[in-house]
Amino acid sequence: MSATTKPPSRLPALGCAAAAALYGILFLHAESQLAVGALLVAAAAGLALAARFGLVARARDSIGAHQPTFDAAAVIGVLAAAIVLRQQHFAILMMTTAMLLMVAALGLTVQFGFAGVVNFAGSAFLGIGCYTAAVVTRYTDLPAILSLPLGGLVAAAIGSILILPMLRTRGHYAALVTIAFGILFKTFLEVNDTLGGPQGMQVKPIVAFGWNFGRPFRAWDFSASFYFSYLLLALALLAFAFVLVRRLERSWIGLSLDAIRLDEVASACYGLDIARWKVFAFTLGNFLAGCAGAVYGHVLGFIAPNNFTFADSLVLVSIVLLGGIGNVWGVAVAAVFVVMLPEKLQMIQEYRFALYAVLVILILLFRPEGLLPRPLRDYLPGWTPKTPGAGA
Amino acid sequence: MSAPTQAPLLACAALTRQFGGLVALDRVDFQAHEGEIVGLIGPNGSGKTTLFNVVTGIYAPDDGSIAFAGADITAARPQAVYRAGIARTFQRSRMCLPLSVFDNIMVGNHKRLDHGLAFNLLRRGAFADQFRRSRQETSELVAIFNKTLAARLDEPASRLAMIDRRRVEICRALISRPRLLLLDEPSAGMTHEETRELMDDILLARERMARLTIVIIEHEMGVIERITNRCVVLNYGRKISEGTFAAISADREVQDAYLGVAS
Repeated sequence: MSATTKPPSRLPALGCAAAAALYGILFLHAESQLAVGALLVAAAAGLALAARFGLVARARDSIGAHQPTFDAAAVIGVLAAAIVLRQQHFAILMMTTAMLLMVAALGLTVQFGFAGVVNFAGSAFLGIGCYTAAVVTRYTDLPAILSLPLGGLVAAAIGSILILPMLRTRGHYAALVTIAFGILFKTFLEVNDTLGGPQGMQVKPIVAFGWNFGRPFRAWDFSASFYFSYLLLALALLAFAFVLVRRLERSWIGLSLDAIRLDEVASACYGLDIARWKVFAFTLGNFLAGCAGAVYGHVLGFIAPNNFTFADSLVLVSIVLLGGIGNVWGVAVAAVFVVMLPEKLQMIQEYRFALYAVLVILILLFRPEGLLPRPLRDYLPGWTPKTPGAGA
Repeated sequence: MSAPTQAPLLACAALTRQFGGLVALDRVDFQAHEGEIVGLIGPNGSGKTTLFNVVTGIYAPDDGSIAFAGADITAARPQAVYRAGIARTFQRSRMCLPLSVFDNIMVGNHKRLDHGLAFNLLRRGAFADQFRRSRQETSELVAIFNKTLAARLDEPASRLAMIDRRRVEICRALISRPRLLLLDEPSAGMTHEETRELMDDILLARERMARLTIVIIEHEMGVIERITNRCVVLNYGRKISEGTFAAISADREVQDAYLGVAS
């Protein structure tokens, strides 16, 4: 390690964000199956070539060295893609859905990726958020925008029912507790008439400060799909969740969660309160899923128990596994993959759960740490120790 | 070092612990005085590690009492024992291998780090200060053990050789400046040469930490002879002998039970 290594330029990071945005636009815009297939092949070939010529490594170093730049570029990239595709309802809806699933998967990352608390009821917590939104708009006079924090709080509160059984069980048994809860939740919805029973419930659109989220977006000369307002809201929520989870990881709390996942006995002998941190991670994760669910409910406009099945929970878990357990950017990449691929490639639509299963098995076999393996903790990005190391 | 006269730092009285029908600890009295290095020896299954586990709160004793620095810590939770100032290592390496060396050592620093939500998430400037201070302290502590290792704090612990993992585990125990260090067979799985090196490190680290008390479980009699002031011998959960290494190695019962071949 010589002291003369130049810090990496920020160009590869910016190029990466721009390329991703451009590709996203092309992919979402593509109509024919042929075009979609060609784009997928092009992406695979492009990535392989980039890896061959060391561009992937350069992009990674550059992103690592210029994180604020890359974060900003990512937000601008999403906005640019959304503006280009503004009139296409379906494309905007898919982007919004992907971002909301990212928020829920970030919640799972805190639970499962950091603290090692398994949760196979992710879609139930998402559903609690949706139903909170429905109840708020149907039975109360509260402003609909309040369903966002309320969805999170209700999900966290209902999740606390599970805390005791989860703390008393471990491994497979803890997983079973959450599976049972997910099934219980769906059954409860089906028989509860106040919540619409099997037919489900309508969720009225958010109206805040005179702005109706359910109408086509219109500001000055700019007009866009009626999903556009929700896209902006989802982006804001995602940015919040992303910063929260990343700061958490880069803190003593993140370290404590990791230590508890890896070795409970040693952690206890060094003063870590196992129960406290597990409860914290579980509650925070459910809160994020609930917040995402509340927005998702408004986006869908109509929700039913069948939106929140065990299979949907598995999709959330597979996002975390595919992306790279504990890696926030991995979650983002995998969520895009899982949401958009089946929608665009209609021939696999029917088989999408089978596709996810195959993907997860392949990943676990050949790349067990996920597409983007989690790097070591970097408490202060850009910080390097001042003391000269040995061997200088 | 002559026998200290003040109250012992750690005093276990009539400590008993059973596992089903097996009496792992049978009314054991055990003391360690401030500044001492006490060797805890005995055949496999004689209760040495159980004694550590009961002292550190992993198991509650069935009977007897434990006092540390004048306070009663009988059946205290492991977290409370750590906060009181007792740190330990484990017989079989218990590290977080995917985490960095620095992270592993910081796990041991838990009680001196701020775990508040606002501090960690919002007051990043204050967090950065605490991080830099801890980082400096860690470098200094690890450098006592090994200069090269001090330059490897940002590597994953899984990449370290066995002797370096042991060093990191001992640093994890020492970073919070405990008053009592419990070492559970630090030489396990290492060569003679490595063991000697590690013992030199431990003695060196102790010179820098005045009054640090150590209890060490060890099967290498050379190590015990070299570094301990006093030894306690367990057999079938009972204390069968106590004294300087010379005294216990001359003890008939100890020779029969443990040292074997009494010349």
